[in-house]
Amino acid sequence: MSARALILKAAGTNCDGETAHALKISGAKPDTLPLNEILKNPAQIFNYSILVVPGGFSYGDDIAAGRILANELKYKLGDTLRKFVEDKKLVIGICNGFQVLTKAGLLPEDSNFEQTVTLAQNISGRFQCEWVAMKKEKSKARWLEDLPKNFELPIAHGEGYFVTKDRKTLNALEKNGQVIFRYAPKNPNGSMRAIAGICNKNGNVIGMMPHPERFVTQYQHPEWSRRKMEGDSVGLLFWKAAVHYAKGV
Amino acid sequence: MKETTPIEFTSLNEEGLLNLSKERLLSLSLPEMKAIQEYYQKISREPTDIEMETIAQTWSEHCKHKTFKGKIDYTEIRSGRHYRKVYDGLLNETVIQATQELSKRFCLSVFEDNAGIIALDKKWGVAFKVETHNHPSALEPYGGAGTGIGGVIRDILGVGLGAKPIANSDVFCVGEFGPDKNSFGSAANILPPERILTRVIDGVRDYGNRMGIPTCNGAVFFHKGYYANPLVFCGTVGLIPRDKIKKKVTSGELIVSIGGKTGRDGIHGATFSSAALEENLSSSLVQIGDAIVEKKAMEVILRAQKENLVSAITDCGAGGYSSAVGELASSSGAKVYLEKVPLKYVGLEPWEIWLSESQERMVLSLPKENLERFQEICQSEDVDCSILGEFTNTGRLELFYLGQIYCDLDLKFLHDGIPRVYKKALWREPEVEPLSVEFPHQAQTGDILKKLLAHPNIASKRWVIHQYDHEVQGRSIVKPFTGLEQSGPNDATVLKTHLDSWRGIALSNGINPLYGEIDPYWMAANNIDEALRNLVAVGGSIDACAILDNFCWGDVNDPEIMGGLVRASLACYDFSKIFGVPFISGKDSLNNTWKDREGNLFSIPATLLISAIGIIKDVRRAVTADFKGAGNWIALIGKTKEEMGGSHAAYVQGWEGGQVPKVEGKSAKNLMRTLSRAMAQGRVRSCHDLSEGGLGVTISEMCIGGGLGAKIDLSHCQVCPSQMQVPWEQLFLFSESSTRWLIELEPKKVNGVKKLFPADSFLLLGRVSKEPVLEVKSKQPLFKLKVQELKKNWESFSRSQE
Repeated sequence: MSARALILKAAGTNCDGETAHALKISGAKPDTLPLNEILKNPAQIFNYSILVVPGGFSYGDDIAAGRILANELKYKLGDTLRKFVEDKKLVIGICNGFQVLTKAGLLPEDSNFEQTVTLAQNISGRFQCEWVAMKKEKSKARWLEDLPKNFELPIAHGEGYFVTKDRKTLNALEKNGQVIFRYAPKNPNGSMRAIAGICNKNGNVIGMMPHPERFVTQYQHPEWSRRKMEGDSVGLLFWKAAVHYAKGV
Repeated sequence: MKETTPIEFTSLNEEGLLNLSKERLLSLSLPEMKAIQEYYQKISREPTDIEMETIAQTWSEHCKHKTFKGKIDYTEIRSGRHYRKVYDGLLNETVIQATQELSKRFCLSVFEDNAGIIALDKKWGVAFKVETHNHPSALEPYGGAGTGIGGVIRDILGVGLGAKPIANSDVFCVGEFGPDKNSFGSAANILPPERILTRVIDGVRDYGNRMGIPTCNGAVFFHKGYYANPLVFCGTVGLIPRDKIKKKVTSGELIVSIGGKTGRDGIHGATFSSAALEENLSSSLVQIGDAIVEKKAMEVILRAQKENLVSAITDCGAGGYSSAVGELASSSGAKVYLEKVPLKYVGLEPWEIWLSESQERMVLSLPKENLERFQEICQSEDVDCSILGEFTNTGRLELFYLGQIYCDLDLKFLHDGIPRVYKKALWREPEVEPLSVEFPHQAQTGDILKKLLAHPNIASKRWVIHQYDHEVQGRSIVKPFTGLEQSGPNDATVLKTHLDSWRGIALSNGINPLYGEIDPYWMAANNIDEALRNLVAVGGSIDACAILDNFCWGDVNDPEIMGGLVRASLACYDFSKIFGVPFISGKDSLNNTWKDREGNLFSIPATLLISAIGIIKDVRRAVTADFKGAGNWIALIGKTKEEMGGSHAAYVQGWEGGQVPKVEGKSAKNLMRTLSRAMAQGRVRSCHDLSEGGLGVTISEMCIGGGLGAKIDLSHCQVCPSQMQVPWEQLFLFSESSTRWLIELEPKKVNGVKKLFPADSFLLLGRVSKEPVLEVKSKQPLFKLKVQELKKNWESFSRSQE
């Protein structure tokens, strides 16, 4: 049986196409639905085992990146999402989706949906699109185990500077194994402890700034023409791991 | 006929007509005003304001391309003899004629719709359009550039029955940075080029990124002549099913508008873009964009296209509804009820509603039976949709407001009643001065190279490119930057068109106004050559590609400037034919002029942007420009001549005179084909074209990209200099002769590749070296520079902007 994945789309979502493709070639059956359609019948979410909030500029990122969509999720879909997460199903927020999940209080996870971390404006003060080197951390997101220790992925954001409310929150993240990826060696946006992605305490809700859906063939890597790269690309490994996990729940 | 604002018109004398044109910002000439007067005298009534405005907009240079379609009396003076020719429609007799004569089967729609379309495969076509948004970007660069890109995206959404945008390309021409770079008089209230460029980039970034369309190709050209009149070219590529290319409006179908609401922004944009920039122009002439509104409209259009709901679609660009409805109704007729238009705020006059250039609006023709489903889609995507009226078969444009008729125009007159423009054009063959250099010429070759690498036109554009999301949609295969840590530039971009296939497209461009200062004919030839050789450099082929023209010219009432336009158009014909590459779409922006405080009129340098799009059968065969391996051979393809006229070396050194590069059409075509073949067979490890800065710059960029060095020996090379004021090695390293590339070959492949090329067009220069040092020698050593130092110079300008 293939895992069904729901890609949530709001005004300004723009990575839904490549995300659907990535899920498809990883063995999932993806559906892309506008938020308006989901709100008509929120329970349809339970037909899926993966929910992706993809990248983009939801509602133009007016006010702050992801803020409006986050409020919609919080106030219109809150209970449904909480149940989805409790069922150990997978929620993946990428780039704008990560911003949305933190602002909705789903990451790093707070029982009252309070926000404790954010993605602030890059310290460069501008939007940055480039490939960055990263490393994987040992984390609660055990399903990411098959990814290599070091790899590259593209980032494309103006607000990716990971900041926590206070030091306590930051230390707790580290201690609980909720840091999944770090930028290394270069920290492109100034993130605290170079954090590029985090998960909740159970590892089934994750958020990350880099875009694994943009690296599902080796030919998308900027150096494909100069070094031989064998096997699955890192992005494909990521999505395959997600689908593998989802099949188990 | 209700006459809320009656215009006393039929009785005006010539002076009165001209005053009216000026007062109302109509930008119409006396013969045009007279033609309109004649029409109203014949139907024995006065025009309403809305009719006057509709005609002025429809007849604007921006919409009608009067000069390019007009009669041109051209005289060329060569060796003291006069040659005269009258062109009855310059565009038709050059650019379009070349396409017709080439009659390529892959051309699916050319010069008729909002974009040109070529075949990608049996099922799909790719549409490409490049627009300019110059005057708005001079007044309000952020809004100007944003709406420029928003506008060209709508062209793609409005081609056929709607195409899906997959790439943006942006080219800017701005004044040189720094104080006192404006030698063209002190224009008042002009933003400095630093400010213009920064805000233009911001505008493209914020709009393009929000739309989720990768901006993956472009150029920036700095020249003092663009000080008060920058140029902003915005291009978009779209994917369209081949069975959705034709549109057809049928009487009785609904006129539906979706997207943005209508306000007072951008009224008179079409007419204003055809006039000179001067003091006291309000920046409220510039529209304000909202990318998310357009993004949502895009989702609706693509869904409606998939479900076959609409029978025609076009965008609201210059002239707003007037132009969009006018175009769709041109062979039928239309009734529009202006009170149905959703407004941003109350208080707009009917003519303002009709002419407003508020952004993000699309107009479509919808069969009544599809209305319900269409509205459902709009609802699910949160898009405003309003029914403005319906198409008729009366041949008339009828506009109503609250039950009263405000406009009743014969569409035939509106579209064909414009008198032909008649212009004189003159071209004097320039006398070529030999290259002259201040004596004694002591410049060290290595120093010239470093200066060139640091020149803003050649230097890295990293600070611009990294602000654009060029990876979104996941199609990018050959990216703007290449090589180790993505530090070197590529010649063109390669994209997958479908995520589940290896087929793709390559995009490139060619622009260089410096050649045009010597001869616009050779400028056009070089720009075509540059766009094509860039395409070939990444693995494209001239046998599966098409090009677009964007002419940006100065005051075309000046016969000599007009003469340059004729020259450039002739070259477009000649080289399109020789290369066998058709033009599929284009745009001209004439009268790029400004007035200084004393009222003197200045023109921009004659500028032609050539954009190329090529089909790539398998993107995995693409080639990048970074050196790959130490020990590989470096070969120069093409012939190097003393062609320093208009070169960047001459520019940075202050050398004068010299030959402008001339494209040897036939042999250029053969070289391109041969190189494409070698590359398709996988025999070339890296390839980079030679353009601004010549061989010296190209080899430096390949070293930077590869993090490797190179050792080359020029002692067997030859160049035939006209005189020897400059060491021939410098001519060889910095000449900008066209149709040349550097290629990297593995040792065992050298002989095989060499045999493919004519002996005079294949030169082994040396080898790639592990040590990152560029070492050039002739009979004696010339210079030895660390690649780190080359890189530092090449990146210095970008760093200063970060």
